[in-house]
Amino acid sequence: MAEKLEVKELDQVAVRFSGDSGDGMQLAGNIFSTISATVGNSISTFPDYPADIRAPQGSLTGVSGFQVHIGAETVYTPGDQCDVLVAMNAAALKTQYKYAKPNGAIIIDTDSFKEKDLEKAQFKTSDPLKEMGIDPDRVIACPISQMVKDCLKDTGMDTKAILKCRNMFALGLVCYLFDRDLDIAFNFLKEKFSKKPGVAEANIKVIQAGYDYGANTHSSVANVYRIESKTKVPGRYMDITGNKATAYGLIAAAEKAGLRLYLGSYPITPATDILHELSKHKSLGVTTVQCEDEIAGCASAIGASFAGALACTSTSGPGICLKSEAMNLAVILELPLVVIDVQRGGPATGLPTKSEQTDLLQVLYGRNGESPMPVIAATSPTDCFDAAYQASKIALEHMTPVVLMTDAYIANGSAAFKLPELDKLDAINPPYVPEEMKGTWTPYKRDEKTGSRYWAVPGRKGFAHILGGLEKDNATGAISTNPENHDLMCRLRAQKIEKIQVPDVEVLGDKDDAELLIVGFGGTYGHLHAAMDEMRAQGKKVALAHFKFINPLPKNTAEVMKKYKKVIVAEQNLGQFAGYLRMKVDGFVPYQFNQVKGQPFVVKELVEAFNNVYNK
Amino acid sequence: MSEYTAQDYKKGQPRWCPGCGDHFFLASLHKAMAEIGVAPEDTAVISGIGCSSRLPHYMATYGMNTIHGRAAAIATGCKVSNPKLAVWQISGDGDGLAIGGNHFIHANRRNIDLNMILLNNRIYGLTKGQYSPTSPRGFVSKSSPYGTVEDPFRPAELCFGARGHFFARCVASDAKGTVEVLKQAYAHKGASVTEVLQNCVIFNDGTHESVYTNEGRRKNAIYLEHGKPMIFGENNEFGLVQEGFGLKVVRIGENGITEKDILVHDAHCEDNTLQLKLAMMEGPDFPIALGVIRDVPAPTYDEAVNSQIEEIKAKKPYHNFAELLETNDIWEVK
Ligand SMILES: Cc1ncc(C[n+]2csc(CCOP(=O)(O)OP(=O)(O)O)c2C)c(N)n1
Ligand code: SF4
Ligand SMILES: [Mg+2]
Repeated sequence: MAEKLEVKELDQVAVRFSGDSGDGMQLAGNIFSTISATVGNSISTFPDYPADIRAPQGSLTGVSGFQVHIGAETVYTPGDQCDVLVAMNAAALKTQYKYAKPNGAIIIDTDSFKEKDLEKAQFKTSDPLKEMGIDPDRVIACPISQMVKDCLKDTGMDTKAILKCRNMFALGLVCYLFDRDLDIAFNFLKEKFSKKPGVAEANIKVIQAGYDYGANTHSSVANVYRIESKTKVPGRYMDITGNKATAYGLIAAAEKAGLRLYLGSYPITPATDILHELSKHKSLGVTTVQCEDEIAGCASAIGASFAGALACTSTSGPGICLKSEAMNLAVILELPLVVIDVQRGGPATGLPTKSEQTDLLQVLYGRNGESPMPVIAATSPTDCFDAAYQASKIALEHMTPVVLMTDAYIANGSAAFKLPELDKLDAINPPYVPEEMKGTWTPYKRDEKTGSRYWAVPGRKGFAHILGGLEKDNATGAISTNPENHDLMCRLRAQKIEKIQVPDVEVLGDKDDAELLIVGFGGTYGHLHAAMDEMRAQGKKVALAHFKFINPLPKNTAEVMKKYKKVIVAEQNLGQFAGYLRMKVDGFVPYQFNQVKGQPFVVKELVEAFNNVYNK
Repeated sequence: MSEYTAQDYKKGQPRWCPGCGDHFFLASLHKAMAEIGVAPEDTAVISGIGCSSRLPHYMATYGMNTIHGRAAAIATGCKVSNPKLAVWQISGDGDGLAIGGNHFIHANRRNIDLNMILLNNRIYGLTKGQYSPTSPRGFVSKSSPYGTVEDPFRPAELCFGARGHFFARCVASDAKGTVEVLKQAYAHKGASVTEVLQNCVIFNDGTHESVYTNEGRRKNAIYLEHGKPMIFGENNEFGLVQEGFGLKVVRIGENGITEKDILVHDAHCEDNTLQLKLAMMEGPDFPIALGVIRDVPAPTYDEAVNSQIEEIKAKKPYHNFAELLETNDIWEVK
C-alpha cells in the first residue's frame, strides 16, 4: 500500500462503472463525464448493456457497464481498458475485470461479496481476488452498502431506496480520485431530481460521503489523478449520445427546410432511442407513428413524404431487410426519405445489443433492380447530428431516399456536443415545382443541374399527378414498358445520385509521406484515429482516410487510395468496404483488417495489425 | 351542391379487360367524388398492386400506385402528416387481406380516416388466377387444381375483429348502390371499409353471380338503410327477425307477421353483434347484405395525433430547435 499521496498528471484516463443492471451505473458514469466535460476535458463514453434485460440480480448475465474516457486532449474512443474499475458486486468483478488495465485500480463494495453473491457470480472459493489473481494492493475494498445505510439512516428512507444510492458513493469516491469538483455533480442532481428534492438531497449526501471516504483513507489509494485540459474549444456544450444526436439532426433539418418531421418506426435495439427521443418533441410538431412492423414504418414514411413532410424511418439491420421493398419504391417514386440503420450484430437476430458494420452491402445493393441510393455513415456520436442533417438535405434536395448508417457503438456512446446554431447550418432547398411550369410539367421532368425531378405536394392546384412503382415514361410520366425508356430511366436515376456533391475525403496524419494509409468508414473513426496517433507517436509515417460519404464516394477517392504505398482497410465486417472500394477504384488492392466480434475495435490490436503491414 | 362533375376526376383510358367489374366501380367512384365535392388536388388515391390497384392511374387527383400490400400503410403516413387531404385506399382481396392483412387490421384498429376500398373478386387477377384469401373452401384455381383446403376470410369479420367502425358492401355493377355507400364511407370520419363485390370475367367469372344483376339483387340481396326495417324480396315480401342468437328470414303476412315485427337496421349501434350477423349472411337461405352495415363514430387517429401535438405545444415551453437545445444540461467552456 502506498504510504503517501501522490498526485499524478495524466493525459487521459478511463473509468468503468459496473454493477447490476439496476445499480445506476449509467447515471454515475454520466455525471462523471459531465463534470469532466465541464472543466473542459474531452470525453467519450460507452454503455455496455446486458442482452438479458431481466437477468436475475447479482448474476453474471445481469451485469452492465458504463465506460467514461476523459482526456486533456481529444479522446477518440471510450478507451480499450480502464484505469479505474468500479465493481459494485461480485458478478461485475468477474465479468468486467478483463477491461481493467494490468495496474489499474479496482473499487469494490465488499458488502456485495458475501457468500451468496460469490455463489451467484460462480466463484468457487471465498476469496474472489485470489481466485482471479488480483493483487489486493490495487483494490479499494470498501463496505459501500453499509456506509450508505449509515449516511442516510436519519432520512426516513426505506432500505431499498437507500441502497439505490450506492452508485453515488462510488461516484463520490471516483470524484475524489480524479480531483473533481463536486458542485457540478450537485447541480446536476438538483436539476435531474428537481421534482423530488428529497432524492436529490440523499444522492448529494452520499456523493459527499464517498468523496470524504476517499479523502480520509487516502493511504489506501495509490494515486490521485489530474487531467488538465489542453485543447479547449470555447463554447456551450452538452453530452449527447449518437441516437439523440441523430434525432436532433432530423429536427434541425426539418426546421431549416420548413417541413413537418415524420418518423414511422417499429421498435428494435439499438435504434429505438431515436423513436423515443423524437416522440418526446411534439411541441416542435414532430409526428411519430409506432407502426405495426418495419414495412409499415417505411411505407407510412413514403406516404408522409408524398404528402410533403421530411419523412424518416429508423431501424436496425433486420428492419432494413423488411423495409427493402419500400425503400425501392422510394427510389422509383423519387421521393425524399431518410432511412436510418443503427447497425447491430447479424445475421438474423444476431447480437442485438452489439455493434458491427455488416449492413454496408445490404444498404448499398440489397434491393431488386438498379436501385441507387445515397449512403452516409456517421463517424462518432456527435457526428450523428451532422450526418442526419446532411442525409435529410440530400434526400430533400435530390428527391431520393438516403440511408444514414450508424451503429450500436456510436448510437449508445456519448461525447461532448458543441451546441449548433441553426442559422449557421447549410440551407435546405427542396426542388418544389415552380408555378410557371403549370400546364407543361410532368412528374419526371428534371432539373438540369442536379438531375432531380420536381416536388409537387398534394394540395397544389394544377399539379395533380400519379406516381407509382411501375416504370414510367420519362417524358409523360405514364406507365411504360418501352425498353429504351427503361434503360434511360435506370441511367437517369443512377446519374442523379452520382451528381450529388459530397466533400472530399480528408487525409489525416502524415498525408504527404505516409508509408501506410489506414482506411475506414463510419463508427470506427475514433479507434482508427487513436491507432494512427499511437503509431505516429512510435515514429511511424501513417495517415488515415476515413469515409463518411459512401455513396456517392468523394471525388478524390481514387486519387487518395492510389497515392500511398500501402493501404489497409479496417472494418467490422469481413471486407465489405474494401470490396466496394475495389469495385469503384480500378486496380486497387488493399490490405485488410477485419473483425466481427460485436465489440468496438481495440486500439492495441489495431496498432499491432497495422505495424505488421507497416513492417512488411 | 358540388362544383365538380365526374369528368373532373377522370383521366386516361382504363386497361382492364372488357367487362371487368373494375370499370364499373371506377365510374361510380368518379361520380361519388363529384357529388362529395372535395377538389381533385385535395384528394389522394393510393393503391397497392393488382388489377384493381391500377385504379389511381385513371384518376385526375393526386395518386400513388405503390407496392403489393402496402397501400394502407402508405395512406396512413399520407393522412397523418397532411390531414387536410381526403385519402382513398384501393386494394384487391389479395393486396388488402393477404400480403396487406396486417396493415388492414391496424388501419382499422387505429381508426385513421381512410376510405378503404376492397375490390373483392375472390381471385388474384393480375397474376392470372390463383386463389385468394377470400376464395371459398374447395375453390379450384391454377394454384389449387384439386380445390383449396383452407377457409376464407370474410372481410367484415376481419374488419369487426380489428375494431372497425365502418363497413359497407356494394356490387361493382350496381352504380346507384355503389355511389351511395361511397358517399357514406367518405362522410364517416375514421377508417371505413367498403367491400366491393367485383367480377373478374377472366379468372373467376360469376363469383358474385347471385347479386350481379338488378334482377339477382332484387331476389338475393337486401339493401340496408339505417333506421329502416330490413325488408327484401322481389315484392318486399320477406323480412329479417331475430331468433335466439341468430337472424331468421320470415315472410310478411305469414304466421301473423307484420312489418312491425321486422328488425330495424341500426348501423350506429356500438355493439357489432347483429351487424356482424348481417354482414355474414349468405345465400341461398339468406339474402346478401348490401349498403352500410356499420357506421359508428369514434375518435380518429389522425385527429388525435394532431390534437395531441397542439396540446403539448401549449404545455411545453420549447417550440423550436434552439429552445430544445436549452432543455439539456449545458456547460460552458471558456
Ligand atoms: C411483393 C410482391 N409479391 C407478389 C407480387 C405479385 N402479385 C401482384 S398482384 C398479386 C395479387 C393480386 O390480387 P388482388 O390483390 O386480389 O388484385 P386483383 O388483381 O385481383 O385486382 C400478386 C400476387 C408482387 N407484385 N409483389
Ligand atoms: S383479369 Fe380479371 S380482375 Fe383483372 S382486369 Fe381482367 S377481368 Fe379484371
Ligand atoms: Mg383479387
